[in-house]
Amino acid sequence: MAGEDRVWIRRNYEKCSGCRRCEIACSLHHEGRIWPEASRIRVLMLIPGVEIPHLCFQCENYPCVKACPAGALSVNSGTGAVEVDSSKCTGCGLCVDACPGRVPHLHPGRNNIVICNLCKGDPACVKECVKGKWGALELVPAGSVASRRALAKTPMELTRETALKIMGEEVLKEALG
Amino acid sequence: MMRGYAGKLLDVDLSSGSIGETRVPEEDLKNYVGGRGLAAKIAWDRLGTRWENVDPLGPENILLVLTGPLTGYYPGTKVCVSGKSPQSNGLVGSTVAGEFGVDLKCAGYDGIIVSGRAEKPCYLFICDNHVEIKDASPIWGAAARETLRFLVGESRKNVSRIRPRYGEVKEPSILYIGPAGENRTRVAAVMSKYSHAAGYGGYGGVMGSKNLKAIVAKGFGPLPDVYDNERMLHLARRFAEDCLENVWFRRWGTGGGGYSFGAETSSEPVRNWQTEWHNRRSYRREEFDKHWVKKNWGDFGCAMTCLKLAVLRKGRFKGAVCDNPDYELEAYVGTNLGIFSPEHNIYVSYIINELGLCGIQGGAVLGFAAELYQRKILSKKDLDGLELKWGDPKAFAAMAEKTAFRQGIGDILAEGVYRAAVKLSEKKRVNLLKYAVQEKGMAIGAHGVRSGRDFISSSIAYACSVQAGDHTSPASPIRRGDRGELSSILPDSGVYCMFAAFGPTDREILDFYEAITGWKMSLREWYGEKALRILQLQRAMLLLGGPDARWRPGVDDDNPPRFWEPLPSGPFKGRRLRRKRFEKERREYFKAVGWDENGVPTEKTLRRLGLTDLETKLREAGLVT
Repeated sequence: MAGEDRVWIRRNYEKCSGCRRCEIACSLHHEGRIWPEASRIRVLMLIPGVEIPHLCFQCENYPCVKACPAGALSVNSGTGAVEVDSSKCTGCGLCVDACPGRVPHLHPGRNNIVICNLCKGDPACVKECVKGKWGALELVPAGSVASRRALAKTPMELTRETALKIMGEEVLKEALG
Repeated sequence: MMRGYAGKLLDVDLSSGSIGETRVPEEDLKNYVGGRGLAAKIAWDRLGTRWENVDPLGPENILLVLTGPLTGYYPGTKVCVSGKSPQSNGLVGSTVAGEFGVDLKCAGYDGIIVSGRAEKPCYLFICDNHVEIKDASPIWGAAARETLRFLVGESRKNVSRIRPRYGEVKEPSILYIGPAGENRTRVAAVMSKYSHAAGYGGYGGVMGSKNLKAIVAKGFGPLPDVYDNERMLHLARRFAEDCLENVWFRRWGTGGGGYSFGAETSSEPVRNWQTEWHNRRSYRREEFDKHWVKKNWGDFGCAMTCLKLAVLRKGRFKGAVCDNPDYELEAYVGTNLGIFSPEHNIYVSYIINELGLCGIQGGAVLGFAAELYQRKILSKKDLDGLELKWGDPKAFAAMAEKTAFRQGIGDILAEGVYRAAVKLSEKKRVNLLKYAVQEKGMAIGAHGVRSGRDFISSSIAYACSVQAGDHTSPASPIRRGDRGELSSILPDSGVYCMFAAFGPTDREILDFYEAITGWKMSLREWYGEKALRILQLQRAMLLLGGPDARWRPGVDDDNPPRFWEPLPSGPFKGRRLRRKRFEKERREYFKAVGWDENGVPTEKTLRRLGLTDLETKLREAGLVT
């Protein structure tokens, strides 16, 4: 896949219903079973009603790959996704700290990090969300996003931004402190 | 090997602080499945011999939180809360949506049995096999927002301690109570998220009586292995597609009903059921739509996502958040209180949710009090200075708060419509039960049966239900294609959402069950034996009742007095239930489910179903002769 054909998963946080069918689709694709914690996309709900589908942003400078001391992370030249070599990953967690969105997480059953690999360019999570017309996840050309790095934020940051839009400042304050 | 089940229950005694595990014999799982059915079995085994003496709000009661084999796999997830009900004094399977059931199964448990009473406010924290009873004193007295802020924050830290270097920890699932539960009211729900509630049964008060503020669960495992993964997934996809095709319900959910159940079917409670018709165009779904954030709101795996998120962004009640509201709350804390403004309805729903009151039970008792005020039976002084005028959201919010905290008159209203009516009748020396629209201690769902146009249209729907006023478990004569109340035992015991199950037939659900568990079940086996057995258990517990109230078989299997009056207004004005027809349907129903003319399970029925201990107990109680 040439660089210009690369895809990116756009998230519209205000539209996520919290159905978590993306988590089911992802864990079925990667693990062959329903396993929410093993899903590479995870819906965080720090405030009920504010659901944040969280997955790799594919930052242009890939700070996670640079931070890995074991050489376990690499960039797929076709899709631009981060690939994890689980035989090399020690689960040290340095990539989590390096990620501006704190996206990577340990596989719940093994001592290695899991990161969205875009399902070779045809992500299962997006298909599910599109089928249900929820509008939370959308596949766009990677080139259409000015800066993916700028969109990478932590669940708490994204929750605050989204809650402010949906519920307003007073509610946000009471709900998160 | 067991499939679809985690294989064990968490068994917690809050009096001693002991935390153990219980394995349910495979035979019992096969017979009682999970959720409501298994709750009936466990409650009967643990409390049956002394049922009528068990105070539902005493430490001797047990609180059950149970999943079922379909939980998590079915595209619409629930968890079932149960125990002896402080409303009906029987056993109610009360379901609530959310991820809790999935987290619990992923943590390795099919359910939780909580017994005893903690000395101090506590909450139960579950992270896989790390189970702890933790201090809840910082949030005792707190409403929903504060409770969840504290529990999400503290629990994420605690999970991080158990799994260091995991990365960002997803919040655990939480069941909790508000002040209404803490103060042991009989109108309190077990809450999930901001506005999901297991309302029927009154298990919020049971949690409160145990000093249990919340149960927090995080599971890192996968859902249990299933017998035939491919077939399970194939069926799950089909069920999901049925939901996706349901354009109307996906768009509006039950929240589309606030206008139509009044204007079109004349079956909506208006001003404490004084009528069931209204034609207030201000209450049309499009008017509610203006307050909906334009997103669907759903829970784990749900393909329907029938809820919407409603937020008041401006005006007097700025900051109120709730779901749609769904139809029951549009009715019970809307039209039932003379409220016909979506904004006011959203506000009162928000207050009810924050306090942890059940919208139906709470709304019913507020409406009952308001009618007594309208009739000058209760004065402003009786109401501690509050003028409970129809349509006044502030007054009803204030009274809801008094109820949740059992302050002043609220202490009586906290007992629910039936018990409040009994108490106030004594106080005022006048029979107020005629204004109490309830069934065996429970306010009924917001679906009147007089017009015959509601989807709940049988005159015996509430009168003969083993879950008393529960509109999701109505009775009806068992005829071709109609299984009566037995049909609700399947979703409540498999534990999946009936609002995401309009499509599949019972046979397809049983195929799904088989794909998950590997256990075959025929329709005849389910309806002729297993579901019927669960029904007998629930009926026996309902009739044994006690200690504060006991229902007379037959006599109390009746409609609320108001339902025997003709509808006073609207297109179905004058329509009434016919006593003769009601009695015929009731007789027919009792016979079909193996009960005598008063609705007592017969010796023959109990023996056929192998429930001889029930027979002994009912005989001792003088019910079987």
